[in-house]
Amino acid sequence: MFLREYFGTIYRSVRSLLVGMRKTGYYFTHPKEIQTEEYPDNRATLKMFDRFKGEVVMPHDANNEHRCTGCQACEIACPNGTIKIITKQELQPDGKKKKAIDTFVYHLELCTMCNLCVVACPSDAIVMAQTFEHSVYDKKQLKKVLNKPGSKIMEGVE
Amino acid sequence: MVTPEGVIYKTENLNLFLEISFASTATGLHNWLANSIQSALLAQFIEMTIAGLALLVFLVPLCFFLGYMERKVAAFMQIRLGPNRVGPKGSMQIVADTVKLLFKEGLTPNASDKFLFNLAPIIVVVTSMLVMAPIAFARNFQVWDLSIGVLYVSSVSSIGVIGILMAGWSSYNKYSLLGAMRSGAQIVSYELSVGLSLISIVILTGSLRMSDIVMSQENGWWIFKGHIPVFISFVIFVIASTAEINRAPFDLAEAEQELTAGFHTEYSGMKFAMFLLAEYINLFIVSAIAATLFLGGWMPFHIGHWESFNHIMDFIPSSLWFLSKTFLIIFIIMQFRWTFPRLRVDQLLTLEWKYLLPISMVNVLLVTIMAIMGWHF
Repeated sequence: MFLREYFGTIYRSVRSLLVGMRKTGYYFTHPKEIQTEEYPDNRATLKMFDRFKGEVVMPHDANNEHRCTGCQACEIACPNGTIKIITKQELQPDGKKKKAIDTFVYHLELCTMCNLCVVACPSDAIVMAQTFEHSVYDKKQLKKVLNKPGSKIMEGVE
Repeated sequence: MVTPEGVIYKTENLNLFLEISFASTATGLHNWLANSIQSALLAQFIEMTIAGLALLVFLVPLCFFLGYMERKVAAFMQIRLGPNRVGPKGSMQIVADTVKLLFKEGLTPNASDKFLFNLAPIIVVVTSMLVMAPIAFARNFQVWDLSIGVLYVSSVSSIGVIGILMAGWSSYNKYSLLGAMRSGAQIVSYELSVGLSLISIVILTGSLRMSDIVMSQENGWWIFKGHIPVFISFVIFVIASTAEINRAPFDLAEAEQELTAGFHTEYSGMKFAMFLLAEYINLFIVSAIAATLFLGGWMPFHIGHWESFNHIMDFIPSSLWFLSKTFLIIFIIMQFRWTFPRLRVDQLLTLEWKYLLPISMVNVLLVTIMAIMGWHF
């Protein structure tokens, strides 16, 4: 009984070792499987994966309209005060005053790309872009305004 | 039965495209020195110096190549590229690392035993280089063909343990000491299996001399001639030697993730480079011994009585045969490192004392019976 267990252990372990060696041998002989991105040589064809969190942007459509209502949910959700919303009171066509976004200040130098602002936004106004080359020589270039000049909110968004 | 003189004669007929071989260069140098210098002692001294220098000149680029090979092999097995920026395909990376180590400050801790601390890397490197003496790199091309070649290899490589224990003790660092003690226990235990594997070939050959062992494989390598027992011996030898040279998966003594760096934690600069050098030289030696004893050394691959095939195989220079066999085993040992998880120290010792040693002992018995009854090819 002991001998059976003994030789059984040896047989099973040798077999598992050989399975491992076959896998690494396969990887060694198939260089097509290599996952390394040879950056910066491949900048022309580089495409990041879909869930990549680059920087926060506010998509605008062809009519220069965005979906931001100025609710400041992203400013509250941000853990380190990267987003600062400046709102204004806009006069509606039916006479009432409604809060609208004036400036969406985004400090890229503080952003941790944690995605909490995107999740918090109730109207899907902001998304994470796929850019990652943010290095600049002048820090003032990192304080961005996300809503384009002359843009207003889209029709139909709350 | 081929006499040594007969073999020299055969060499100069075989290398038809190059009228020189390593052996003829060595004999030519010896003759030139004996003729041009009056004192025989001085001639021998100069010849020995040249042989030592040639060995050193071979070893350092070898270690560079092995370091590069290790990193590239590791990378390809891990589906990545490895060094590819410094030099063409990353070949100068190791040179860059060596230059970096040269520039580093070789720190000696204040409370350490300074004499032992500085002596330890020297012992480890010197014992590794000493074992290069009986290895036959090509036909008739050995530094020293002594009559107890195999015993010399086994015993001199054991002296390396002293260097490791010295390094661990004199560092004045409890983690280094722990690493060194574990390494000492590991090396001493696995030497038994290595010794018994070597003995199985010695039994079949009847001689400890390296050149005799290689010549006995003229009609076929021992791994083919002595079928199952010698194959088991070969597997045990490769596994136990990987443990002997403190390489993964048996590298708990110097595991980077476990004990910072084990016995060589406190070493920096050139002293650290000595430990690295010794590790790669040991790797080469262990593979060379496996290639010599089990795979036929510099003997070409002959199949029975296929005369034309054997004749074609003879055209490949013997040094190329030896180096390709050695690098094959080095590749297998490197694959071990990047395939298997590290063994815990109790698992390591269990493997040796409960599995490898009993199997080796039974295997020696089988090989003895095989040798006596003539049941090998």
